[in-house]
Amino acid sequence: MSLLSVQALDIRHGLLQAVCGVSFEVDEGETVALIGANGAGKTTLLRAIAGVHRPSGGQISFDGSDVTQTPAYDRVAMGIALVPEGRRLFAGLTVEENLRISCASGRKGDWTVDRVMETFPMLKARRKARCSTLSGGEQQATAIGRALMTNPRILLLDEVSLGLSPLVVELVYKSLESFIASDATILLVEQDLNRAVKVASRVICMLEGRIVLEGGSQEMTRARITNAYFGHQKHSRSEPAP
Amino acid sequence: MSFLTSIVQGGLLGGYYAIVACGLSFMFGVMKIINLAHGVLTILAAFALWAIADKLEYDPFLALIVVLPAMGGLGWLLQRAILERSARSGELVPILSTFGLAIVLENTLFEQFGADTRSLAPYVGSLSYDSVDLGAGVRIGKLAILTFVVAVLLLGGLQLFLIYTHLGRAIRATAEDPETVELVGVNSRSVNAIAAAIALVTVGLAGLFLGLRTSFDPYAGSMQLIFAFEAAVIGGAGSLWGTLAGGIVLGIAQTLGAHLHPQGFLLAGHGAFLLVLMGRLYVSGPHFLFFRRAKLG
Repeated sequence: MSLLSVQALDIRHGLLQAVCGVSFEVDEGETVALIGANGAGKTTLLRAIAGVHRPSGGQISFDGSDVTQTPAYDRVAMGIALVPEGRRLFAGLTVEENLRISCASGRKGDWTVDRVMETFPMLKARRKARCSTLSGGEQQATAIGRALMTNPRILLLDEVSLGLSPLVVELVYKSLESFIASDATILLVEQDLNRAVKVASRVICMLEGRIVLEGGSQEMTRARITNAYFGHQKHSRSEPAP
Repeated sequence: MSFLTSIVQGGLLGGYYAIVACGLSFMFGVMKIINLAHGVLTILAAFALWAIADKLEYDPFLALIVVLPAMGGLGWLLQRAILERSARSGELVPILSTFGLAIVLENTLFEQFGADTRSLAPYVGSLSYDSVDLGAGVRIGKLAILTFVVAVLLLGGLQLFLIYTHLGRAIRATAEDPETVELVGVNSRSVNAIAAAIALVTVGLAGLFLGLRTSFDPYAGSMQLIFAFEAAVIGGAGSLWGTLAGGIVLGIAQTLGAHLHPQGFLLAGHGAFLLVLMGRLYVSGPHFLFFRRAKLG
C-alpha cells in the first residue's frame, strides 16, 4: 500500500483553480519529483498535502487514513514534513532554536540537533547565530534540518534551489544524498530538470493544475519532459509550424 | 540628599511601572498585539482582589490564588473570542476591538462598583506605609522594595522563559510566522491562547500592586495604560528586560520632575518618553514604529 495517496484533488486560490483533479501515489522509500512551469500548481499541491492550504475537493490519505481535514500540526505528528518555499525560518530565533521548535511534533526518531549539524556541516559554526544573519544556503540547510527534526515519514521539499547559487545547491543536495539513499520517502518540487531526474526515481510533470506526464525517471527522455512541461503535445496540432 | 532620595524612589517606582507594563509589553512585543484594554484589565483585577478582600475578608495576597488563574482564563478567552477573530480582518482591527472592550469593561465596572475610589492598602496592615531607613536620610517604603523585587523576578523570569523553554520558543516563533510553526507541529492557536493567558496573569499581579500603592476607580485604567505604554516603548518593544529599564527611566524622570516642581511629575515622565521616541526615530527612521516582518532570502 502506498504511503501517500492523493485522489482527485481540487485546490483553489479564491476564484483561481490552482490544482484540478490531481491523483497520484507515493510509496514508502520512493523519491518522487514534481516538475512543471511556474504556476503549474506544484507548490500549492505540496502545501495542501502538508495541511496549510485546504483543498476544495478530493481526498488526501496518509498511511491508509484520510487526512484531508486534519490540521497541519497533527499531520506533522503523523509524519508529514514540508520544507516550505522561501525557507520561512523564524528570523529572530537562532539556528538551534529553529531546529528545536520541531520537538513540538512529539515524534520519536533519531534526528537530533547534532545529527543535523553532521548532515549539514556548514551549520556547525552558525549554531547560535540568528537566522536573519544566515546566507541563503545556510538558511535552506536550516529549513531542511528543521523539517527533518520532526522525524518525518515523508519529506516534502519545495524548491530547494530557489535563490541559491549552483555551487550551494550542489552542496545542499550532496548533504541530502545519504538521506535520500537511506530509504527515505521524499516528494520534491524542483525547477532543474536534470537534477530532478537524477535525484528522483519517478517524475510527475504538471501543467496548469493537471498531471500531464508521469513515469520512472529512467524511461523519461528530455524531449518527452519538455513537451509535457510546455504543453506542446496538447497544442501541437493547433499551432502552425515555425 | 533629597535628590538622591528622588532617584532611589524613582527607581523603585520604576519597578511598579515595569509590572504594569509587563503584560502590555509581552502582548505587544511577542504577540504583536496592541491591547488597549490593558489598563482597564488591570483595574478589573484590582477590583476582583478588592471584592475578595472586602467581602470575604481574605488577605489580598491570598486572593491572588483565585484571581491570577481567573485572569489567565480571561486571557485565554480574550484571545480565542476577540483577538483571534479580529486579527483575521487585518492588523488594525484587534486594536479597535480592544478599545471597544475597554469601554465595555470600564462601564461594567462602574455599574457594579460605582464611582467610589477603592484601595487594597487597608487590607494588608501597615505594609503600604512601612519604611526602611537606609541611613544618610534615605528612607524607602517596604512596599516599594517588594514591588521592585517582584518586578525583577517577573520580567526576568518571563524573559528567561521565552529564551530557554520549549513553550517560550514556540511563542516567539508563532509571533513571527503562525503558519510555518504549524508545519513543525505547533498548534499556533493554542500557543497564542496560552501566551495571552500568561500576559493576563501578569496583569493580575499589576492589579495587586496598583491597589496596594494607590487608590483606583473604574475609570483609572487609561492612566495605567499610558504609563505601561511609555515604559514599554522606552524599553524597546519585544524585550522584557528593556521594559524593566523603561519603567525605571520613567519612574526616575517622574520623581525628578516632581522634585523640580510639584506639577512636574507627569510632565517629566511624558517628556522622557517623547525624548526616547524622538531619539529612536532619529537613529532608525520611522520603520521601527511598525512591526518588522521577517525578511529572509
